[in-house]
Amino acid sequence: MSATTTGRLGHARPGVPQWTTAAVVWVVLLSAPLWLGYVGGYTALASHVVVMALVAMALNFLLGFTGVMSFGHAAYFGLGAYGAGLTLRYLSDSTWFAMLNGILLGGIAGTLLGLLICRRRGVYFAMVTIAFGQIFYYIAYRWDDFTGGYDGLRGFSRQPLGIGPWTIDIQGNGTLFYYFVLFVFALSIALMTFLLRSPFGRTLIAIRENQRRAQFLGIAVNKHIWLSFSISCFFASTAGALYALLNNFADPTSLHYNLSGVIVIMVVMGGMRSFWGPLVGAAIYVVLQDYISSMTVNWMSFVGLMFVFVVMFFPRGILGMLQRRPST
Amino acid sequence: MINNTAACTARKGDGRMGIPYKSSIGNLSIGRRRLLQAGATVGALQVASPYIIKARGEESIKLGWIDPLTGSLSSLAVSETEGAKYTVAAINKKGGVLGRQLELLVEDSANDVGTGVQKARKLIDRDKVDAIFGDVNSGIAYAIMGVTAEKKIFHIVPGGHTDPITGKDCKWNTFRVCNTTAMDAAAITKTLVQKFGKRFFFITPDYAYGHTLQDNFVKNLKALGGEYSGDMLPIAATEFSATLIKAKAYKPNVLLNNMGGLAQIDCMKQFVQFGLAKDMALGGALFELESVKSVPKEAQAGWWDMEWWWDQPGVPHVAEYVADVKKELGKTPSARHWFGYVAIHSFRLAAEKAKSLEGPKLVAALEDMELPPEIALQPGKVIYRKGDHQLMPNIFTGEVHPPKGNPDNVFTVAALVPGEDAAGSVADTGCKMTYPS
Amino acid sequence: MLQLVLFNVTNGLIIGAFYVLMALGVAMILNLSNVINFAHGNFLALGGYLAFMLIPYTGFWVALLVSPLLVGLLGYIIEQTMVRRVYNRDPVYSLLLTFGLSFIIQDVCRYIWGPNGLPLTVPDSLSQGLSEDLFFITGYRVFMMTIVIVSIVGLFAFLRYTRLGVRIRAGTLDLDTVAALGINVRLLRSLNFAVGIFLAGLAGVLASGQIGLNPNMGDDLLLPAFIAIIVGGVGSLTGTLLGGLLIGVASALTTVFWASAQEAVIYVIMALVLLVRPRGLMGEEGMFT
Repeated sequence: MSATTTGRLGHARPGVPQWTTAAVVWVVLLSAPLWLGYVGGYTALASHVVVMALVAMALNFLLGFTGVMSFGHAAYFGLGAYGAGLTLRYLSDSTWFAMLNGILLGGIAGTLLGLLICRRRGVYFAMVTIAFGQIFYYIAYRWDDFTGGYDGLRGFSRQPLGIGPWTIDIQGNGTLFYYFVLFVFALSIALMTFLLRSPFGRTLIAIRENQRRAQFLGIAVNKHIWLSFSISCFFASTAGALYALLNNFADPTSLHYNLSGVIVIMVVMGGMRSFWGPLVGAAIYVVLQDYISSMTVNWMSFVGLMFVFVVMFFPRGILGMLQRRPST
Repeated sequence: MINNTAACTARKGDGRMGIPYKSSIGNLSIGRRRLLQAGATVGALQVASPYIIKARGEESIKLGWIDPLTGSLSSLAVSETEGAKYTVAAINKKGGVLGRQLELLVEDSANDVGTGVQKARKLIDRDKVDAIFGDVNSGIAYAIMGVTAEKKIFHIVPGGHTDPITGKDCKWNTFRVCNTTAMDAAAITKTLVQKFGKRFFFITPDYAYGHTLQDNFVKNLKALGGEYSGDMLPIAATEFSATLIKAKAYKPNVLLNNMGGLAQIDCMKQFVQFGLAKDMALGGALFELESVKSVPKEAQAGWWDMEWWWDQPGVPHVAEYVADVKKELGKTPSARHWFGYVAIHSFRLAAEKAKSLEGPKLVAALEDMELPPEIALQPGKVIYRKGDHQLMPNIFTGEVHPPKGNPDNVFTVAALVPGEDAAGSVADTGCKMTYPS
Repeated sequence: MLQLVLFNVTNGLIIGAFYVLMALGVAMILNLSNVINFAHGNFLALGGYLAFMLIPYTGFWVALLVSPLLVGLLGYIIEQTMVRRVYNRDPVYSLLLTFGLSFIIQDVCRYIWGPNGLPLTVPDSLSQGLSEDLFFITGYRVFMMTIVIVSIVGLFAFLRYTRLGVRIRAGTLDLDTVAALGINVRLLRSLNFAVGIFLAGLAGVLASGQIGLNPNMGDDLLLPAFIAIIVGGVGSLTGTLLGGLLIGVASALTTVFWASAQEAVIYVIMALVLLVRPRGLMGEEGMFT
């Protein structure tokens, strides 16, 4: 095996250290509020991109690095949103507590469901994830009194953050909130990188490459898939909690399989096997959708065409194409 | 077996996802990269262009319009938006507002709250609109109200119906044109009881709007000494046979079809198909013109509220408005078109009275404002009530029937119920308006 | 009470039969080609809309036959140009492809025929109830049931007795061997896909007579179709048949006792099946494990 394929998370460009990509990404993200206005963007859009990037990367943990396809990830995203929203509405004024609850709600749901389905594979696994996702959608929009039902959960808003003696006003200030989102994103990325670089992460990649062989090597494939699914759901619900804080609102659409499909396309479009791919995919999707839906009522056709286009002509995604594999 | 080999094939490593693909990488990869680069450049240019255009259009007043142009509410949203666009064009022809032309920026909320909120922020932060209008979907309307209140932007909800928008969740900067469920329910109940009797059976969608609607009906019905039963069904139900079987067994005087959109239409059709029309009368709150025209003629029946109706002989200005809309849009205006019309004109009236475009001043100007007859397009005094910012128009109660002569003549007005009478007091709505300091 | 229950069981069978028609189309494509057709509901809508266009010229009965054929043809073309490219790849691509197609078809329908609901005129002969007692069994519902039963029987007969049908069934079990036996697998998949889409189109024409046309009409039928397949067992068409009937009857019966739970009960059944017998009622062990 050539040296460039090991020790890196799918980046196979010989000689280029991985940290340059990371550096570029962070410079762009950190400086966004400064140049966003000049290109027709706005801070809420940037926050939205980062949130979607997080959930896409969460899915990529499962899809790109473990090779398992879930098409119902929006459910955990949505549960994270509702967890955070319900906390702020009924329980307390603390943003930290709300985030914790959101993360736990989606993560635990995912862990429990993962137990049920980790034995299935392929399209059947996908179908079941879709169906389970819809169960949560259904609960959210039927349990009116608690979740606000079809109209969504309202009546809460993100509260200023208290860190020791200081208060950070993420409520009134959109830019400060963006940096908060970025901060949570950074923590999640760091954790994800750590996991992927560990022996556990290596095992996941082995499972992706060839499940049979992994089994023969004595790896408990089902257990690893379950763990990967569970971790992926925890990250997805983190993104969901941030989403609720971004909109000061949570609604059943964030649980629907339409969103799940969108998350998958972001991952694929950016590049399934690369670490930063989903971020690129999320950025493109969110910006394009924002832009196109202002231009025409038929934006759904464009989005659909984008799906078809990516699948047929760019299946490796943008970052996937930019990677040049050394000849094997 | 077959599935495992398929699985193995699918999980090959990067770049080996199918033989033909790999061999074409060498030939096509450059072409694809160029395509990507070209696409990126075009994309960047287009994203930058709004900035350029913005510089040119500084003089116009920008209004942000957010509605679910795609999704299950689209037919209603499209009518409202058309009504608004027509109105903006008409106002611009007469010189605009405060000497400046109006520019309507329309965004699709796609029946999704996240999108609606994002568009609201975009319109406010990036496009710097002076007012926001929207959304037909009440949930999205609430979420947008949160954003507009925070940014102190003048906000009118033309067509989102749930009560809390001008009730317990009312906000100082938001006004509403269309009725509350309390108003609609109160208006039609008396007519139904007088004509048919006091025993009602409800078919209601099981969500906030449905619950408040039924609660309001029940309140009015009980006040008249009536009794009722009913079923709560999923919002998008398509099968009503089980419930209609129950209804037939209950033998009510009136069946109240509270469902909305397609569900309402399906319920009507099945009601007629099962021959229940000879056993009981049919009624309910809203049955909008767009929906009436899309049902077969047997289902064009029952006693309903219309929030505005085009055929008002003898009322000044109405015929001209209807004729003009027909000329410009090619169709007869429905209540939704009228909502768009009123919403835009309300902005104009507030701006002209306040002589300013600042949110708080527009709000103060519109409170207790009476709409002039050419905007109200109906008899009586049509006012935005100060206590809850709810418009008090008349409610047109009457009977829906198959078209007589004119294909849009599907409703005969029986009585006009003044909004104030139907609405109950401000205290009843639960609205406590708090103004920013 | 007994009468009410009986009414609802009959009603449930009628609804269930409809779910079955839908689910069979999805199942056929799933079993042979491993593709979850997200666009199935949209093909259904397209079937209804095409019938709407044809009826003024050909009348209802001809449209009932021709519209599904046209939709099936469209399905065939789509399979040849697009779906076929993603067969040998990761299943995520076929999901994304059909997902994208779903958006496109829905938007095209909205663009051509507008967002408003449109009524489909059904011959008057079908519109009356059967009798005073059985008032809820209208002629149209009987007609629908008949067509659905005929189609299902026809489908099973097709799969059992025709060469193409036998090949499809063989392919579901072991496509490699079928190919090795010299059968044109590409053509087989294309025709199978077309048959599945034909069923969607037929369901669409029938549905539009009942609930009218609109661009979103297929959305609510897609998930019950999935659930019917999961409950009945992936890989078994008989299972799908039973699954569809089961959820239809369960849903109708629930309406008698607890109307707002009529959707929930379908999910509960699915969850139970997955817990207790994950392969489905009649699924084969080893499929998708």
